Amino acid sequence: MSEVMDASDMSVKGTSSREGTLLYLSGVNVSFDGFRALNSLSLYMLSGELRAFIGPNGAGKTTMMDVITGKTKPDDGDVFFRGDIDLRKLDEARIANLGIGRKFQRPTVFEKHSVFENLELALKGQRGVLASLFFKMTGEQGDAIDEALTTIGLKDAAYQPAGILSHGQKQWLEIGMLLVQDPELLLVDEPAAGMTDAETAQTAEMLKEIAKTHSVMVVEHDMEFVRSLDCKVTVLHEGSVLAEGSLAAVQANERVIEVYLGR
Amino acid sequence: MASMTMTRKPLFATFLLRSPMAALLTVGLLVAAAILVPLSNQLLPPGSAFHVPTHVVSLLGKYLCYALLALSVDLIWGYCGILSLGHGAFFALGGYAMGMHLMRQIGPRGVYRDPILPDFMVFLNWKELPWYWHGFDSFPFALLMTVLVPGLLAFVFGWFAFRSRVTGVYLSIITQAMTFALLLAFFRNDMGFGGNNGMTDFKELLGFNLQASSTRVALFSISALVLAAAYLLCRWIIASRLGRVLIAVRDAESRVRFLGYKVEFYKLFVFTLSGMLAGLAGALYVPQVGIINPSEFSPANSIEVVIWVAVGGRGSLHGAILGALLVNFAKSYFTSALPDAWLYMLGALFIAVTLFLPRGIIGAMPNFPGMAKGWRSLRTPPGVEERAP
Amino acid sequence: MRAYSLRRFITAMALAVAALSPSFVCAQDAAPSADAPVAVEAAPTPDAPPSYEALVLQLGNGGFDDKIKAVETLTATGDARSILVLQAMMDGNLYMHESQVFIAESGARDAKLRNALSNADAGVTAATASRVTVNNRLRGILRSALGALTLFSPDPALRANGAAALFRSRPPEMAEPLAAALAKETDPAAKREMEHTLAAIRVTGAGDEAQRIAAAAALGNYADPETRAILTGLLTGDLSPGLRATVTSSLSKVEGKLAFWGVINNVFQGVSLGSVLLLAAIGLAITFGVMGVINMAHGEMIMIGAYTTYMVQELFRAYLPGLVDWSIVLSVPAAFLLTGAIGVAIERGVIRFLYGRALETLLATWGISLILQQAVRTIFGPTNREVATPSWMSGAWEVVGGLTLTYNRIAIVIFSLVVLGMIALLMRHSTFGLHMRAVTQNRRMASSLGIRTGAVDALTFGLGSGIAGIAGVALSQISNVSPNLGQSFIIDSFMVVVFGGVGNLWGTLVGAFSLGLVNKFLEPYAGAVLGKIFVLVAIILFIQKRPRGLFALKGRSVEA
Repeated sequence: MSEVMDASDMSVKGTSSREGTLLYLSGVNVSFDGFRALNSLSLYMLSGELRAFIGPNGAGKTTMMDVITGKTKPDDGDVFFRGDIDLRKLDEARIANLGIGRKFQRPTVFEKHSVFENLELALKGQRGVLASLFFKMTGEQGDAIDEALTTIGLKDAAYQPAGILSHGQKQWLEIGMLLVQDPELLLVDEPAAGMTDAETAQTAEMLKEIAKTHSVMVVEHDMEFVRSLDCKVTVLHEGSVLAEGSLAAVQANERVIEVYLGR
Repeated sequence: MASMTMTRKPLFATFLLRSPMAALLTVGLLVAAAILVPLSNQLLPPGSAFHVPTHVVSLLGKYLCYALLALSVDLIWGYCGILSLGHGAFFALGGYAMGMHLMRQIGPRGVYRDPILPDFMVFLNWKELPWYWHGFDSFPFALLMTVLVPGLLAFVFGWFAFRSRVTGVYLSIITQAMTFALLLAFFRNDMGFGGNNGMTDFKELLGFNLQASSTRVALFSISALVLAAAYLLCRWIIASRLGRVLIAVRDAESRVRFLGYKVEFYKLFVFTLSGMLAGLAGALYVPQVGIINPSEFSPANSIEVVIWVAVGGRGSLHGAILGALLVNFAKSYFTSALPDAWLYMLGALFIAVTLFLPRGIIGAMPNFPGMAKGWRSLRTPPGVEERAP
Repeated sequence: MRAYSLRRFITAMALAVAALSPSFVCAQDAAPSADAPVAVEAAPTPDAPPSYEALVLQLGNGGFDDKIKAVETLTATGDARSILVLQAMMDGNLYMHESQVFIAESGARDAKLRNALSNADAGVTAATASRVTVNNRLRGILRSALGALTLFSPDPALRANGAAALFRSRPPEMAEPLAAALAKETDPAAKREMEHTLAAIRVTGAGDEAQRIAAAAALGNYADPETRAILTGLLTGDLSPGLRATVTSSLSKVEGKLAFWGVINNVFQGVSLGSVLLLAAIGLAITFGVMGVINMAHGEMIMIGAYTTYMVQELFRAYLPGLVDWSIVLSVPAAFLLTGAIGVAIERGVIRFLYGRALETLLATWGISLILQQAVRTIFGPTNREVATPSWMSGAWEVVGGLTLTYNRIAIVIFSLVVLGMIALLMRHSTFGLHMRAVTQNRRMASSLGIRTGAVDALTFGLGSGIAGIAGVALSQISNVSPNLGQSFIIDSFMVVVFGGVGNLWGTLVGAFSLGLVNKFLEPYAGAVLGKIFVLVAIILFIQKRPRGLFALKGRSVEA
């Protein structure tokens, strides 16, 4: 227990309070029928940061995102956004509207809608029922969608149903949706899964571009991908932070090697 | 992309532009029926080949009410994935509200000649009108209630159900429980709605004799026009961004939440609207069939509505109308021609449609050139020129 | 007290009254009134007491007043032979044919008639003769007459029955003979009944104050609504302060006991309803809970199970009439196999094409339910079929006065628990159960481990349907066997499964019994229909709080 804790202590060191953080998790526990998915997880992210999370299966990466986005309520612990917004009390929609966007591990786009419509639905703006009923797209919004279409390279497929896109294209469409949603913090779950090497490299470029203007949290297995992101890395294991630092540093960490390679 | 902004069409036109053939056809046929059927009934001699007898007009009017009910079910099931097995409850509530007005209109012409109390209350030895019967002597009030009461029930029910994220079959089962509870409640005499027998023996509506053929054709025309209007309303909703959110909810509900939409409010909106449309259907239905009783609440009735929609094609508004008309026509025909066979056929219909025609008749239809264009335009968001595939 | 067969009852009574001392003759006017229109050939002369034969004829021939007179006179004579006649009259088995009185051997239309006086076979059946009509007043008088005639029977159970019969009418003139019988009584049960009746007579009587107070105090030891009514009635009249105090305290004792037994009774009723719900819901818990399949034809499986019981019973009647009481035992496997086979056919024919499309499954199975209902209607007709209760399950166990538990209800409670237990064992300890759980949790993994998921699906669905069939066997005992039988259970069983939590037999058990109990405890306050509405609304609200039921599984897999 104590060895695990010192790593997470390290991550909180220097910020005795959650002030100034963009995202702040402290002592978060989640268990499902006795299985502890998150075990006193503590970490923080600063505004503008690009951070990669790695860890073996079952380390709690997806559950961590579930907790941040309000899908799963933690058993205990603190989850704060922008220092003072308690995310535990809010539902998914409120959290999304605060400026936390999410891309799922398995790409979930609206298959019956066209690519354009998918982006339109993600478009930043009013989310109310009546606002939607009387919604009229402005020129700026159309341009934003157009720009996103260009960025994700789906301009030619804009009016095809999203269901017929390839796996990689769906991943990009999801990233495009995040772009037009324009959240302050992006949670990106395994963006490179199932992609070719070329696509993976392209995706990494895309994320680095996005990270210039947004804070991004990326969960990924692919070490090459993480390396190409060239950012701070947090290693999760059994629901807590095992190590944190540059990729080279964590790869040299004995306990990380132990976890990844087995004993 | 400046050109995009320039060519963006006015909002109201866009919903007509999506599969325009079907829309034009549906509205055109309904309006034509609203005009031609009364003309044929009233002007042509009974011997003429084009004369529509009054009882047929009433039967068709009944089908149109069912079509409106099917439309309301399709709006939530086809577009938002909410399978209500209790929509008959909203229909029946609308019908009861209209029935209460018609009962008050009977006045002293009832069997017991009581100027105020309906016969069944006199029979139960009631001395005065229950409080909830007040106001129903006024037609505008009663009309308002035919949509407000079902709407309120749908709102309250939906508020609880959607907020706590009851979805899928769970929701279906509790909607069924809801209509079953209402069925039991309306069977009770002390509810003050005529108990087992319900309400019947209506005399007139707004001073028009309900037995007169002119009243009956007028009711038919009104039903056709209301159905057309409801159809256009639903189309408008589906074509708006709200409609796209609803379809998104149907296909990937939690994803919609993560985009920041309050899914429960969207569902609540469309569920309440659907309940109100169903209530309106019930209100049109009662004066045409001349009776309303608790059996309208029976869960089997509500499930039958779902099969109308499934036969026509869920997720297609004109499909729902078509399905309701076809199945009810078949029902009328077979229950008189082969009474024992009908339930077998209905049962087989449920199985066959779910197994072989998941998108109904409309989904199985070959794409006509006009339809294909409509299909493409459905895929084209408002204001964007079509491109060659 | 057990219900005795009629034959044994009457024989014993006849023996008893033969030994009866004719010494107690009521102080009542024993002679028939002179102006009574006695349409009997052998009319008695006004002076002499009417003969037994004349009185029996008068039972059949006179108006109700004459019949009452005749019954009272017969009672007063204490003639043992009259028990048979009076009992027959009470049971509606007394007939007139050509001015003679006959006793039918049974209540059937084709029962043989025997002359009430000569015991000769009449040669005609009940259908040809006319029944001697009895009204409620006469029935009450018959009951106490029979009671009085049996007070000195050698069978203690009969003596107790006689005293209990007298309790209902409480004729004041019976106080003396009762006291005499009580003095000789040794059997505690009979003694208790006699004391009860005697106290009830004495407390209202004009006897001395001390006797009345003692009687009022004695009534406090009993717990039945009638005793409460007697005591409540007394309080409305003029009473001495001492008597009033005793009556009040006895009344509160009686009411306390009644309330207690009322709760016990409600619990039993609730458990009984719960066991019915449990039986109806177990099969659904398997198909819905384990497979995620909404089977709207589940109710029809129950219905077919009930019809299987009927068919097996008819086969026994035709070929093994002596064993017809045991046909229900064979019905259980028969219903299980038949409905199980239908279930497998439905799964292979329809449902397997619809996995992952729960709402479509719901619609398709609804279609199946319509077809099955109509098929049964075509084969058996729309009317109810009669499934007899075997003799070993009929009757009731009277725990105390006012609390009676019928044997068939008790049998169903036990049966439902046995079925649940067997299913739990099957799920937990058999290979099939292991496969079933494996397929539930991870279909693809199970399949790659070599489990034939298709077969497991079919058998699981067959099991769920088979259990529904077994439920139908049990329900045929307490419900009308008609094509609509299933419809009345389907919503209730869904409520149980949804309330208890899906995929959890324990939840089904708790759900069924709590719904049964809540329903029965609401009934006295709200009435059956309103109570049911409350329960439905409560479940609808409950699902808002716990969308996955009482014992829901938690975890990542749930939402997927």
